[in-house]
Amino acid sequence: MRWNFLALIGRVSLSFLAAVGRVALFTATAIRHSLTPRWYLRHIARQMMAIGYYSLPVIGLTAFFTGAVLALQIYIGSARFNAESAVATIVVIGITRELGPVIGGLMVAGRVSAAMAAELGTMRVTEQIDALVTLSTNPFKYLVAPRLIAAVITLPALILVADIIGVMGGYAVGTGKLNFNYAIYLKNTFQFLETMDVISGLVKAAVFGFLIALMGCYHGFNSTGGAQGVGRATTNAVVSASILILVTNYLVTELFFAK
Amino acid sequence: MTEQANNETPMIRLRDVHKRFGPKVVLDGLSLDVPKGQSVVVIGGSGTGKSVMLKCILGLLRPEQGLIEVDGENVLQMNAGEREQVLRKFGMLFQGAALFDSLPVWENVAFGLISAHNMKRSAAREIAIEKLAQVGLAPEVGNLSPAELSGGMQKRVGLARAIATDPEIIFFDEPTTGLDPIMADVINNLIVDSVKNLGATTLSITHDMASARKIADRIAMIYKGRIIWDGPVDQIDNSGNEYVDQFIHGRAEGPITMELRR
Repeated sequence: MRWNFLALIGRVSLSFLAAVGRVALFTATAIRHSLTPRWYLRHIARQMMAIGYYSLPVIGLTAFFTGAVLALQIYIGSARFNAESAVATIVVIGITRELGPVIGGLMVAGRVSAAMAAELGTMRVTEQIDALVTLSTNPFKYLVAPRLIAAVITLPALILVADIIGVMGGYAVGTGKLNFNYAIYLKNTFQFLETMDVISGLVKAAVFGFLIALMGCYHGFNSTGGAQGVGRATTNAVVSASILILVTNYLVTELFFAK
Repeated sequence: MTEQANNETPMIRLRDVHKRFGPKVVLDGLSLDVPKGQSVVVIGGSGTGKSVMLKCILGLLRPEQGLIEVDGENVLQMNAGEREQVLRKFGMLFQGAALFDSLPVWENVAFGLISAHNMKRSAAREIAIEKLAQVGLAPEVGNLSPAELSGGMQKRVGLARAIATDPEIIFFDEPTTGLDPIMADVINNLIVDSVKNLGATTLSITHDMASARKIADRIAMIYKGRIIWDGPVDQIDNSGNEYVDQFIHGRAEGPITMELRR
């Protein structure tokens, strides 16, 4: 019984290490092909549209209500020690540093990572990826690199829009419901906002974009077992991208702001 | 190398190729020659290693052991760039056509010309329309999405894509599977005509004997990961090999036994 348990731990450890090795190799190959020619510009543009433009509605709605509820919660909390005037400042810092990139990243992970895994997974099981190889086209260059490049470029732009809409959400609640003066709310919003608050959020967005595309491509590319395998790849892509976003969010925050 | 020796070099040579997936041995010392300009058809039941053999030649799978030569060059020792160059000699018709869903039909056909041969899109489109006409499809089909086509039309588009770059070698993976007998014969005729026009070397895998008889110069039979018989198509009925006889007559009784669980 004890030996069975130890064997189980061994099997799980080996399988985990093998998965880490596979992801590391895939990542290295994907980065190499993203940084070296040839670049399929038409595909990069198409992916930028799919990741950026078509994610705008979901990102906009999420950011607006996140900013709105943040203003409401901070107002209720800060009223306990007469610090209501800090609402605008905390909303803008919270949105630009954390909530914009993290919630935006998670939403895009759900939408884009899943779509990439499903598309590439279907291409794998229907031999379309094999067909690319027989047509002398490297699948990493044609399928993976454009998605990675597009996601790394697009996510910061998308999150910048989310930041603005999130602050507008806070502004709408602050002025419409909490009776803040319009001009004072805006003044408080920008008075204590530092460039690094925004930049750190945009760097996070680029990292999250990389992870979202990487997980979508990795799970789709290595999909096996027909329709069920594609479904599994899609789920794994979203789950792994979401977890990696939360873990790297902490690491990047440490990197920027740890004293 | 003398001209005579050059002529004797097969376009594709496999020697003692082994491939396994975990404990399952799929190719068990497979050897086969595909002479230049000839059409070789490999027949055999499901799961005998036909598709794995093709994928090993194309570099989609790597065998553990053996030699694979294309036009005298050992492809197993090539780096990725050299292999990409060799693959430019190939065209392939996949069993399910494997057309790219995201591209219109004409771009599927022109894909190799644009991507691998850096041809301008407008010129590639003209060639694609020409190749579609060769397989009996109207120019308007070029603007459709692959999902809008029937199975037979998808196969024809796949064939047009396979011949678009005028390749020296063409692989056909189960070209008639899933088609009605008339459409299967249409595809067979198109394969014969296309190959005749191009003068290409072809390697096909199938378990459709009517198709094999129509498109083959030589037939080889694969069983348990090895070639157990190889000869001209007109000798297939007098092969003297009981495995071949059982297969071509489709008999349940014989040395080939299906592993059925009861």
